[in-house]
Amino acid sequence: MAAKKKNKKATVAPSPADNRDFRTGELYAPAPEARDHATIEARYDLFIGGKFVPAENGKVFATVNPATEETLSEVAAAGAADVDRAVAAARKAFPAWSRLKAAERGKYLFRLARLLQERAREFAVIESLDGGKPIRESRDIDIPLAAAHFFYYAGWADKLAYAFPGRNVAPLGVAAQIIPWNFPLLMAAWKIAPALACGNTVVLKPAETTPLTALKLAELIADADLPPGVVNILTGNGSTGDALVRHPDIDKVAFTGSTAVGKRIQKALAARGTPHTLELGGKAAHIIFDDAPIDQAVEGIVNGIFFNQGHVCCAGSRLLVQEGVAGTIIRKLKRRMETLIVGDPLDKNTDIGAINSRAQLERIRELVDSGVREGASLHQSAQPLPAKGYWFAPTIFTDTAQSQRIVQEEIFGPVLTISTFRTPDEAVDKANNTPYGLSGGVWTDKGARIFGATRALRAGVVWANTFNRFDPASPFGGYKESGLGREGGLQGLAPYLHLLP
Amino acid sequence: MNERLPVLKTYKLFIGGKFPRTESGRARALKGKAGRLIANVSLASRKDFRNAVVAARAAFPGWSGATAYLRGQILYRAAEMLEGRAAQFADELNAQGTPPARARREVADAIDLLVHYAGWTDKFPALFSTVNPVASAHFNFSVPEPTGIVAVIAPPAPGLLGFIAAIAPVIAGGNTAVALASPDFPLSAISLAEVLHDSDLPGGVVNILTGDLAELLPHLSTHMDVNGIAAHGQSDETHRLLRENAALNIKRLALHPATNLSGDPYKILAFQETKTTWHPTHLR
Repeated sequence: MAAKKKNKKATVAPSPADNRDFRTGELYAPAPEARDHATIEARYDLFIGGKFVPAENGKVFATVNPATEETLSEVAAAGAADVDRAVAAARKAFPAWSRLKAAERGKYLFRLARLLQERAREFAVIESLDGGKPIRESRDIDIPLAAAHFFYYAGWADKLAYAFPGRNVAPLGVAAQIIPWNFPLLMAAWKIAPALACGNTVVLKPAETTPLTALKLAELIADADLPPGVVNILTGNGSTGDALVRHPDIDKVAFTGSTAVGKRIQKALAARGTPHTLELGGKAAHIIFDDAPIDQAVEGIVNGIFFNQGHVCCAGSRLLVQEGVAGTIIRKLKRRMETLIVGDPLDKNTDIGAINSRAQLERIRELVDSGVREGASLHQSAQPLPAKGYWFAPTIFTDTAQSQRIVQEEIFGPVLTISTFRTPDEAVDKANNTPYGLSGGVWTDKGARIFGATRALRAGVVWANTFNRFDPASPFGGYKESGLGREGGLQGLAPYLHLLP
Repeated sequence: MNERLPVLKTYKLFIGGKFPRTESGRARALKGKAGRLIANVSLASRKDFRNAVVAARAAFPGWSGATAYLRGQILYRAAEMLEGRAAQFADELNAQGTPPARARREVADAIDLLVHYAGWTDKFPALFSTVNPVASAHFNFSVPEPTGIVAVIAPPAPGLLGFIAAIAPVIAGGNTAVALASPDFPLSAISLAEVLHDSDLPGGVVNILTGDLAELLPHLSTHMDVNGIAAHGQSDETHRLLRENAALNIKRLALHPATNLSGDPYKILAFQETKTTWHPTHLR
């Protein structure tokens, strides 16, 4: 955020037309992170059985920088034959890996955590180039948290016997893991770290639009001397993922992505009864009571919906404000929105980066148009958007109704809907009026109300007087149609283990 | 002719704390030895199932919000009631085909299993909760909360013990249930409804249907307000269908292939969600 420099001239109104500091009125100078430290090869192969190999059919696809629409690299498009090879490699590696002394298994993961920390800057730059997220976020959140996940689960490897009282544990086998494009490396870490700690081997498929950091992670896995086949990485599109989850020799599926795809996967696994965890969509209610610390709450709202361009399954996308403070909150929020800098993801001043893909941009536009058509009032930041690339201005909707698509459907972009409530019961009813149940937020100064509200929300993660916090020690996952199972913490081990009486 | 003519019981359904007949007006004759009629058993319809789900949804806030101590006392109360009527339940099992000695043993085991789960209500959350040491100035903790409405398919046998083994972990954890009784032991389930009704169990927490599984399965497995299904001793084909239809609204499933009658906190955990709460910590 902007430097909190005390300045007597703090009354300068934010100018909508350029990147001026909110308090001083001075222009920001660009502060781009250098790219030269990050190497991106012209071409990346699949990572199977410890080796980088091209797809059997020779197919490749381009991965694009969404901020410039330039091609960054070409990566192999894995087909069914490659899925076969990767699953076979993981199967072959499983007996030795699962029987390896647990502490040794853990040490490999500790190594990975350290290697990632050492190359953090390079990973952060590539994450921002490939996915469009602000460098401040990839540098301060994505990459350090990914390393922390490996470090956290590394320590569990030789302590599994203490995790589940009255049960003996055993690994499941080969885990098929499919991850989304919003937190590419972090999701890879969420998937790989607990699976390996529990003694499974994995085949991971990164998202089509953000394959690069997973392929860089493959380099670290090779550097760490992990036995061949313990981790295999297949890049490709939805058809690669489909072939992977339908492969007859997998023992587990872990998926993070949309609820629609999650349901298709669950159905595809029905015949064999393959265990699965699903981290799916959300439409989180963010509730502001009239006794909330207003300025902190406004920052929380901004972080809740504009973090990572709103490409966050647990984003606080439905704001519910108590009537008495609604006017103040909306006024302050609009003013704050004008100060958000939308632009070059590599610029350290940037608050909101590029929309991840043209397809996602079109989906956001379509939903926003529907909001206008259905009668909600649109307010957008007047900040200029770059001419090239995929961008969407920070947006809020007031005068919304529960039945509108923008209130019901996950937008996955920097778009907030605002409605008001009178009583706490009304807030909870509105908050729970959704098939989703991933996350929620509450702002109030009353301790009893915090716990009353967090308890009443039917959601897996609830932030009180904060929002969008993540930690490897903290379980994450949804109620209802937001998913099945937990990732993170002790609870995140269970989906990768047989719990035997 | 000095023998008194016994008054026979009409076995109905148990929905929302009441004993309605099936809205379909259908019944199946349950025959005992030598083909004698024991009772006409209600054949619940899709509509009965849907009514039961409405009752279970209405009961969920109260039951899931009740203290664990209260839930434990109510389950224990059910065990007390069952103990007092042990002879009746043994006779009823016997009438449905369980030999007398085994029936008495089964009733005793069923009572003990209820007591076991009564004791879990205020302990499993301690077992399955965590305080999470996050790397920031936040207090962060995770607790189990009930999933919601669970449809329970009781095992074919044993009639009473199997039914209790199926429903007790679901309701001990604060869920509400719509349970389908074994086709071979429908009377025990409906008589248990009388016990539950007498135990201060709020209406709608357990709803009991008797009927044909094949007929009800498509409805039970596709209902969008059912959050989970516990099936006991069912076929692979039934499991496949339940899994496939679970994808409609991401139902949680607990599919027990064989009848597992032991008390087990992990059976409670099968229908619990983990809620994680974050709050900043500072002294300002």
